[in-house]
Amino acid sequence: MGLGVNIVNISKKYGSTVAVDNVSLNVAAGELLGIIGPDGAGKSTLLRMIATLVLPDSGEIKVGDYDGIADYHSIRRILGYMPGRFSLYQDLTVEENLDFFASVFGTTVTANYHYIKDIYCALEPFKRRRAGKLSGGMKQKLALCCSLIHHPEVLLLDEPTTGVDPVSRYEFWEILKRLSGAGMTIIVSTPYMDEAYKCHRIAMMLNGRIVKSGTPDEIIQEFDKRLWKVTGGDVYDLLLVLRSCPEVELCNSFGNSLHVVADTTKEKLCSFLAGNGYEDVLVEPLSPTVEDCFIEYVVGKDGK
Amino acid sequence: MKCFAHLLTRMVRRKGDMARMGSFVKKEFLLILRDKRTMLILIVLPIVMILIFGFAISIEIENIDVAYYAHEENSDITQVMNKIWSNEAFNNAGRCGSIQDASNALLAGQVDIVVYFDENFGNPPLGGKKCSVELLVDACDPNTATSSAAIVNTIISQYYAEKTDSAAPIDAHTRLLYNPTMDSSYNFVPGLMGLILMLICAMMTSIAIVREKETGTMEVLLVSPTRAWMILLAKVIPYFTVSCFNLATILLLSIYVLGVPVAGSLGGLLLSCMLYILLALSIGLFISTVMKTQVTAILMSIIMILLPTILLSGMIYPCENLPWPLQYLSMIVPARWFISIVKKLMIEGLPFSAVLHEFVVIFVMLVAMLALSVKKFNDRLD
Repeated sequence: MGLGVNIVNISKKYGSTVAVDNVSLNVAAGELLGIIGPDGAGKSTLLRMIATLVLPDSGEIKVGDYDGIADYHSIRRILGYMPGRFSLYQDLTVEENLDFFASVFGTTVTANYHYIKDIYCALEPFKRRRAGKLSGGMKQKLALCCSLIHHPEVLLLDEPTTGVDPVSRYEFWEILKRLSGAGMTIIVSTPYMDEAYKCHRIAMMLNGRIVKSGTPDEIIQEFDKRLWKVTGGDVYDLLLVLRSCPEVELCNSFGNSLHVVADTTKEKLCSFLAGNGYEDVLVEPLSPTVEDCFIEYVVGKDGK
Repeated sequence: MKCFAHLLTRMVRRKGDMARMGSFVKKEFLLILRDKRTMLILIVLPIVMILIFGFAISIEIENIDVAYYAHEENSDITQVMNKIWSNEAFNNAGRCGSIQDASNALLAGQVDIVVYFDENFGNPPLGGKKCSVELLVDACDPNTATSSAAIVNTIISQYYAEKTDSAAPIDAHTRLLYNPTMDSSYNFVPGLMGLILMLICAMMTSIAIVREKETGTMEVLLVSPTRAWMILLAKVIPYFTVSCFNLATILLLSIYVLGVPVAGSLGGLLLSCMLYILLALSIGLFISTVMKTQVTAILMSIIMILLPTILLSGMIYPCENLPWPLQYLSMIVPARWFISIVKKLMIEGLPFSAVLHEFVVIFVMLVAMLALSVKKFNDRLD
């Protein structure tokens, strides 16, 4: 059950824009891999190349033993793919969409109902509603059902939780966890850093390249600098002051607090702030999140 | 045994293909039925077009206001004018008081033709002295002007010939064949059939396929065991059905509402129409393989289909009157050949063998178009 995906040095250019730049990636059978990166990082193009929809300019893709270029018809039989935007028939009802996609894959909803039961039960009361009239979360669940109905070996999801409320997002990830637990290989892209923890392994993507990959813990452990959380006072003014401090490598706002990367001590940081008229601010050490690692990587390269 | 098993798996797969095809076609019909705009274009547009062309837009000559001007009234003038006005195309617009009045009335659009008799007309009685009649015609619409002037001219000549007992030098009788009453439906029904079928099949099919690209459903369909030809064929079947329905509506409306008969072989006509529908569908497929958005597909359809079909097919201007480069261009317009078939079979009542040439041309176009679309179709995204 489940097939691995093996990507070696693939690149894709659109005109002069490099969408995917020499990416290599190994996904084990049954693994849940998250591709994390900002908009325009090349996540969708990478997924489309795995889905055999886009031909790489160079490099190799293998899904199980099938070659991504020569055997693409075979790969299309065992793949489930959910594109980034809602791609079902808006004028068909929930039930009709599901029936249609089941027959596209040569199966029926009755035969494979047990694969989607957990997700579909939430949709069942709306089964006669047009897909276009569903809420964002419902749409994504329906799209997931449609891409799961033939029980694929490998599931590719392009930003499935974008525009979905937090509760639905949580449910969505629970479903994915269960599926990968049952042996399905899942590759999912997302712009949300907090979703990284739900994956077995993550690959951080930036400007068409995979800049870092590993388990969430590995990535956090690689963060070898000191991180501080600064709260209190006007966030924007505080940000400017902290960025002017010579010891501060990086400072960014996270809601109403600031995350500061600085190779210094709490006392020094506090006295610097006090010297600039901020005496009441709270400085405390912080263990990094995946987002800190990512920002450190992105911004660290271009200076402050 | 092994061979048998192989056969069995093939049959099972084929059965799966059939079931898949069935659900594709069902889905397509549901989408057509639920999209009000599509329904409107597919079902209502052909009927509305036939009725508008049939009743509202008339290129027949009627309601022509004819006045006359003469120095003095005499019995010959009265009689010839009564003859003219008794023609159902002409209305009595009376006598103009002066040449100035006549030209003012023409300018104001109150009259369309002024018959100007010189002082010798009927005085002395006709034949006694050389006389002349001048027709002042509002030729803003040149077709109507020439046709109606010709009728007035004939009436006056006939009257003159009767009165003087001297037949005109050459007695040319015109017999209008195939369309004795010069009913314009006879001309536009074939043209409209060519236009509507092309519009429905080519434009709607290409839009339907491109819409799947635009909304992303094509992406999902491609990443499935469904082969490209099946996706395309599944689009063609519903639109072929709708087109046959349209064909039936157009024919029934033409025959029973507009009174255009099917003089020749109905079977041959239907066969040719179906071939033409298939050609139009394959043009639609071709457009959809090249275009990425619905808007460009519509523009392409208008440039590739609508304009040539209206302008270069002989629907409005006879192809023989086109400048020679356009005449050559019109050779590749399918509607030109189709309209010729319909005119021959429906109106002239010729046997099917008379349209074999056109039939073969359309068939060759169909094969070429299909080959081109299959070659162009991409089962990837880029």
